[in-house]
Amino acid sequence: MKKQKRINLLLVYITLAILAVVWLFPIFWILMTSFRSEGAMAVPYIIPKHFTLANYAKLFTNESFPFARWFANTFVVALLTMIISTFITVAMAYSLSRIKFKFRNRFLKLALVLNMFPGFMSMIAIYYILKSMGLDQTLTALVIVYSAGAALGFYIAKGFFDTIPYSLDESAMIDGATRADIFFKITLPLSKPIIVYTALMAFMAPWMDFIFAKVILGDQTDKYTIAIGLFTMVTPDKINNWFMTFTAGCVLIAIPITILFIFMQKYYVEGITAGGVKG
Amino acid sequence: MNNLILDDHYSMKDVFIKGDLITKLSFVFSGLNNLRHKQLIKGFSFLIAEVLFLLTFVIQVIPALGGLISLGTQTQGIKTITQDGIKIQVAIKGDNSMLIMIFGLASLIFVCVYCYIFWCGLKSSRKLFAMEALHLKPATFLEDVKTLTDGRFHMTLMSIPLIGIVIFTILPLVYMTLIAFTNYDHNHLPPKHLFNWVGVENFANIFTGRMAGTFLPLLTWTLVWAVAATVTNFFFGIILALLINTKGLKFKKVWRTIFVITMAVPQFVSLLTMKNLLSDWGPINQLLQKWGLISQPLPFLSDGLWAKFSIIFVNMWIGIPVTMLIATGIIMNLPAEQIEAAEIDGANKLQIFKSITFPQILLIMTPTLIQQFIGNINNFNVIYLLTGGAPVSSKLYQAGETDLLVTWLYKLTVTAADYNLASVIGIIIFVLSAVFSLLAYTRTKSYKEGGVI
Repeated sequence: MKKQKRINLLLVYITLAILAVVWLFPIFWILMTSFRSEGAMAVPYIIPKHFTLANYAKLFTNESFPFARWFANTFVVALLTMIISTFITVAMAYSLSRIKFKFRNRFLKLALVLNMFPGFMSMIAIYYILKSMGLDQTLTALVIVYSAGAALGFYIAKGFFDTIPYSLDESAMIDGATRADIFFKITLPLSKPIIVYTALMAFMAPWMDFIFAKVILGDQTDKYTIAIGLFTMVTPDKINNWFMTFTAGCVLIAIPITILFIFMQKYYVEGITAGGVKG
Repeated sequence: MNNLILDDHYSMKDVFIKGDLITKLSFVFSGLNNLRHKQLIKGFSFLIAEVLFLLTFVIQVIPALGGLISLGTQTQGIKTITQDGIKIQVAIKGDNSMLIMIFGLASLIFVCVYCYIFWCGLKSSRKLFAMEALHLKPATFLEDVKTLTDGRFHMTLMSIPLIGIVIFTILPLVYMTLIAFTNYDHNHLPPKHLFNWVGVENFANIFTGRMAGTFLPLLTWTLVWAVAATVTNFFFGIILALLINTKGLKFKKVWRTIFVITMAVPQFVSLLTMKNLLSDWGPINQLLQKWGLISQPLPFLSDGLWAKFSIIFVNMWIGIPVTMLIATGIIMNLPAEQIEAAEIDGANKLQIFKSITFPQILLIMTPTLIQQFIGNINNFNVIYLLTGGAPVSSKLYQAGETDLLVTWLYKLTVTAADYNLASVIGIIIFVLSAVFSLLAYTRTKSYKEGGVI
């Protein structure tokens, strides 16, 4: 019996080790490629023969792909989006969770329906609306589009507010507090975790999205965000010269996002399960 | 509190019948009743809003609505006119059907917004009427503003987000839905050409006509993909979670972190990496060739069938850690007594998994599963970044063998400019998602509790 158990455990270790290799291999490959000094896109070995930092240097020195500029663009867009959309999400979630107004249930249903349309469907119309406002090919447009999307992404935050006991609000109201007082002085201080989660999610979105960014920014290379910029590096005609630079860029982007992610891992799990169970 | 009593006390009809002349008149001239009760700012705002609305209605809205019906009549082109007996050719600027349509819609929304304002005016007048009957003093403007931080605080909070929703979600969606009933395709691009209403022709085209040959294979693949992607992730994710949770296994946290780290890598990075890793000249093929295992590169992404399997495997790489993370949380909270009792009764590991662990996880995760399924129907990133729909097929219109409906939609709008077909596809995707969402939401807790809250 004991021997059998030991063999089982050994099998588990082996399986996990193999899986871990499979999962880490692509990341390891990208990391190694970013330090490789010889060859072009693909070479029949993983560990480079000569290590170099030239690929990273090329990111910041070349003329055609202004990586530092893209980084700054994305950072500014992400920061503004984070501030505006956190405010919007929290405001919507709070209103829909705590205040019983007349059209609340009808609005919740409408929001559900609106969320079911694929985002790409309205992409072109949004482009023309932005164009009629004179905002096409600007970073402002990106901030507006990302933040407007936040208005319908209130479910997770609403689920969180639902768990704060309503008796807190009631007793404050008896003491003469207005709704605004309750919101700013009671609910917000209690909601730090969900605010952090919403803010980080909003901050991360512009680093990942490239479809809307591509449609809105068109061919304005110096206004690109990181995601579209890196994507253009691996289009078929560029890939051979730029692949290693691309991997260096990927590593630089992945590091801050990974750190953020590990930091908010706890909230992430709560977020998905809350979204799943509570709707 | 007072508002509720006052609002429900009288119907609009009562107010109209019982009210005096000014109350009656305020059903036509919005805000008149407010003026009489010295709510000057409110009253004048309603009145000015009405005047402005009527002016714009005649000048702007009526032509815009007419345009919405005709979608423009003047084609861009050259026209010969006779001026002072001399024939000259003049270029005429045609109508732009698309702009006409957007303006038409915008004015429709404008009318709706004003109707709401007018309704608010009526309500305000009714409230004054009710207050007068009870001999209450009408609220001053300042008091009204103050309710924005209390009784009507939700209006303060939601006004900006709602404007955003109307402009950037509802307007574009209604617009694109209408496009599905026009012939706005690559042959009818404004401003050079006009497009027009064609009824359900596009739907017929997609389901039975020329496009059915592309639509039906893509629909099948979309559904097969969504099922395969969801099921594989779910099943193997749970197995991984169980493996890591094996009794006596050391460094559980380290194992978990290894897989969780891969979730943190931005999707476009990991997908583009995979694309290059698996390409015909990629390192995997090169390594295999170097070791002499294969003589020809394996067509991971360049053959239709291979590509479909590769996509599902790559998606497992991305999705299994997510399921693993959720399932771990659930497994740790499962009651241990049941499993121990089963062990005492002599059940083996497989039996315990099949009859105890798995059903419980399934029960908790069903809503998440359905959400993931809908997410997979709309999974643009995986397909677009990994294969871009390739390999291209001559049988399909503007699509490749691995294209999903969403990526086809994207190609139809961005590369082919067949906006009408694209929006029909969008509507179909909406219907698909709606059906499955309904399933999901009738199964979630908050839906069941919906009536209570």
